[in-house]
Amino acid sequence: MPKANLSKDEVKAMLLLACERIIAAEPMLSQADRDLGDGDHGMGMERGMRAATEKLNAGEVESIEKAFSTVGMAMMSSMGGASGAIFGTFFRNGGKALNGKETFDAAGLAAFLQAGVDGVKQRGGAAIGDKTCVDAMEPAATKAAEVATQSLPDAITAVTAAAEAGTEASKAMVAKFGRAKTLGEGCIGFPDAGACSVVVIITAFRDFIVA
Amino acid sequence: MSQANPAKKIINNPLKCADELFEGLVLAYDGKARRVGTRSIVMNDLRPNAPALLVGGGAGHEPIYHGLVGKGMADGAAVGEIFAAPPPDIVLEAAQAVNRGKGVLFLYGNYAGDVMNFDIGAELAEEEGITVKTVIIADDVCSAPPDMKHNRRGVAGLVPITKIAGAAAQTVDSLEELARIAQKACDHTRTVGVSTKSGSIPATGKPTFELADDVIGLGMGIHGEKGVGLIPMCTADELAAKMLELLFADDLPLAAGDEIVFFVNSLGATHMMELLILLRGAKPILDARGIKIHQTIVDNIVTCQEMAGVSFSITKLDAELKKLWDMPCESVGYTKL
Repeated sequence: MPKANLSKDEVKAMLLLACERIIAAEPMLSQADRDLGDGDHGMGMERGMRAATEKLNAGEVESIEKAFSTVGMAMMSSMGGASGAIFGTFFRNGGKALNGKETFDAAGLAAFLQAGVDGVKQRGGAAIGDKTCVDAMEPAATKAAEVATQSLPDAITAVTAAAEAGTEASKAMVAKFGRAKTLGEGCIGFPDAGACSVVVIITAFRDFIVA
Repeated sequence: MSQANPAKKIINNPLKCADELFEGLVLAYDGKARRVGTRSIVMNDLRPNAPALLVGGGAGHEPIYHGLVGKGMADGAAVGEIFAAPPPDIVLEAAQAVNRGKGVLFLYGNYAGDVMNFDIGAELAEEEGITVKTVIIADDVCSAPPDMKHNRRGVAGLVPITKIAGAAAQTVDSLEELARIAQKACDHTRTVGVSTKSGSIPATGKPTFELADDVIGLGMGIHGEKGVGLIPMCTADELAAKMLELLFADDLPLAAGDEIVFFVNSLGATHMMELLILLRGAKPILDARGIKIHQTIVDNIVTCQEMAGVSFSITKLDAELKKLWDMPCESVGYTKL
């Protein structure tokens, strides 16, 4: 049965599924990064999500905000690197937007994604079109705002498609950040690895919510 | 339990390399430095009431950055995972340990991950009442044109830069003065690197990049970032000339009579034999321009696993930098008597 909204325990379960999916996607993410960078993105994300899984499983989550920020803190501390700072900021800032929320619905999804991508842009200085994770995060956040009054299953389905389209669009971009920027036009044809991770995470959210 | 180890590296657990090399590094300091927090190394005997010099970066490039902690070198280092910048909480632990009330200079290479994590670490340190200044090393001339220096990567020039900043940390009384000198050392340092073969990621054994057998990656970064282009495999003398040409073409003026530190660095697998042959090839070209080598360093200090390749770094010395350069230093990565 698709879920109309999520309790804090369901948010925790959804995040655990995202962790599991990232861990399973490690070879794909590493290959995506090898095409453009030094090939360590998948390993870092796996390390971050293993740490996040451990923290989430350590006890009961206090709140929806805390569930997201726990993932963010675990990723930032365990990963380091650009990905740790970026995804840590995404989950921490996104989580803050859910302060006081008792349930997670389409409006909450929109608030989470917008605050998350805003934090990432501020920290890393990337904008849409720079071939970074922002190219998946921002279209997802924009779509989420448009569908914020719809049901959560409909909203997350639309948001997942937007993140996928953004990642697909990143293939044609010339990187302006990170190690890929030194490739110049050589990076055309490959998606950004961070954007691929965003798709894995959001797809896990969708599969949890719609299932 | 045996683990997959496709790179045939002499390790225990491919996922524990950063922690285990760090523990070994602390042992290599023979009690002169200690472990702090999760993965920071800090000198025991620090000059009291002085500004502190903190370096750091990802692991896997040993002996840098953490092996540059030492007497007359960095006071401490924050150490990340393999090829990943140290997270902000490690940066904070290191900053707290080296701070002696006069603030901390963060000195590290220009990589997106390092900048973000050190910046968050600086914010956390400021919240704890520690003043932080940051100088970013960006010496790789092939990674961006001179008018886009903020896009340049930090590579082997970090060794002379850290050495000079470390000497300054022994003599100056303010963080501002330490930052000024470190920035000046950066402004006076340029590096060109080339690669002939990829290194591999310890955990997977997969190469960090692809490079055909018959070409050299000119200006390639220490993680295999593309440089200015591929050239056919050539002799040491031809390569030395090409590398120096790129250094001379940059915006650091080098005139007859200038004194430099000349650092020939192996990226890991390139043998001392090759470094020495390259040095021999470079010397007459520098001589012809009247550029005087004040000190030569030939060593593998800035590496990327078994990556083969070499870099030339030039640090132009003025009176102030020369005086600091001539002070002795001692660290696992670089020692000068």
